[in-house]
Amino acid sequence: MKTVSSLLDKEWHERYRRISSLNIRSSIYDVTNRCNLRCKGCFFFSSGEHQAAPEEMDLQKWEEFIDREKERGVNLAILIGGEPTLCMDRVEAFYKRLPTYCATNGLIKVPRDKFPDMMVGISLWGSGEDEKILRGRDTFAISSKNYEGDAYTYYLYTITPRQVGKIEPVIKRIADVGLKVHLQLLSNDEGVDGFSWQEGELKDLRFEMDDMLDRYPQTVISCKYYHEIITTGKMMGRNFGWSECPSVTEALDNRANRPRRLIHFARWASDLKTVHRCCTSATRDCSTCKDGAAHMSWVMVNKREHLKSTQDLHNWIEVYEMFAKLYHFIPW
Amino acid sequence: MPASQDIQGIIRRVAEIIIDELKLEDVTAETFSPDMDLVDELGIDSMDLATIALVLQDEYRVTIDEDDYPKLKTIRLISEYIKDKLPVRH
Repeated sequence: MKTVSSLLDKEWHERYRRISSLNIRSSIYDVTNRCNLRCKGCFFFSSGEHQAAPEEMDLQKWEEFIDREKERGVNLAILIGGEPTLCMDRVEAFYKRLPTYCATNGLIKVPRDKFPDMMVGISLWGSGEDEKILRGRDTFAISSKNYEGDAYTYYLYTITPRQVGKIEPVIKRIADVGLKVHLQLLSNDEGVDGFSWQEGELKDLRFEMDDMLDRYPQTVISCKYYHEIITTGKMMGRNFGWSECPSVTEALDNRANRPRRLIHFARWASDLKTVHRCCTSATRDCSTCKDGAAHMSWVMVNKREHLKSTQDLHNWIEVYEMFAKLYHFIPW
Repeated sequence: MPASQDIQGIIRRVAEIIIDELKLEDVTAETFSPDMDLVDELGIDSMDLATIALVLQDEYRVTIDEDDYPKLKTIRLISEYIKDKLPVRH
């Protein structure tokens, strides 16, 4: 029987023990249905989720809801939207009660006097040129000024097919403003011309991502196994998709095959009553979904599958560490 | 009703259930150390524990509270937990 200690040396075993005790229980919250951008390909708007439920406007109801979520066992609140920073009072209600991560486009600065150590992830969709096409403006010019040198902020760089072979200048811009970056891939939910993945591009991108990790290890928060999983959609010979995804809202999960999943995970709409199917939109084709967090979680919930060899377990540990860093459970 | 409700019998049965449910290879109920840390050594997580708990609850007619999962780190601790919950025989 393969055991952890039979596969790991002392250093790796210590790393394993550090993360295996974390017991992360995350859920995702639409803080608002509104946004100060309208990006082509944003799943929230392209799928009509911004109209799925009327926004709860009473702050006290948000506070009571968050208290119930805490009692439910949630220990990581992932705030998305719409743009959460348009409703800073709701963000503060989460932050005062739970470890909180705020996804933002970075156009509005989170005041650090109120949120000294809240992890902030700024969305970035490529170069300035791609950002103008997909988002209507070069957001980096603003967000990098708002957050330059911030120790609890990183860029969530959504790589588009047009970026293959060109990601280094983006990484370098981020390094130059003293921030870190995590890499994920565009799913192109709205089918924008020129932004769908073609055969061969993902293979090239995987090696480019590996190269960036090797050359910018202090800036890129990632690992090579994650690059393999996200670009191939395969893990241990299995294909990512509806029958495998771990990030399905528990109350709506009626899959007969009962895949390994995030315990008690839910994605809540901003009426605090409605739940969405999963961490992204219900209109997305799961077989081509490129959601980075879902792929990370896919690895994380399949821990025992990675007890087949030392390399497999090292891979699992690195993915878990990456997730724990991105959500502030362990230091960079 | 399970055949044996003494601690050794429960330990053996818990080991059998874990081997069966998690499809463990190269181990039997006899060779499975009751003191092995299931989380740190076997990589068992709360979903595995929930699966095992369902079988144990059904077999021993006891309730295993999810909040107690962190305490159930070894076969011996699981077995003692079950034994404590069983009705006392007179």
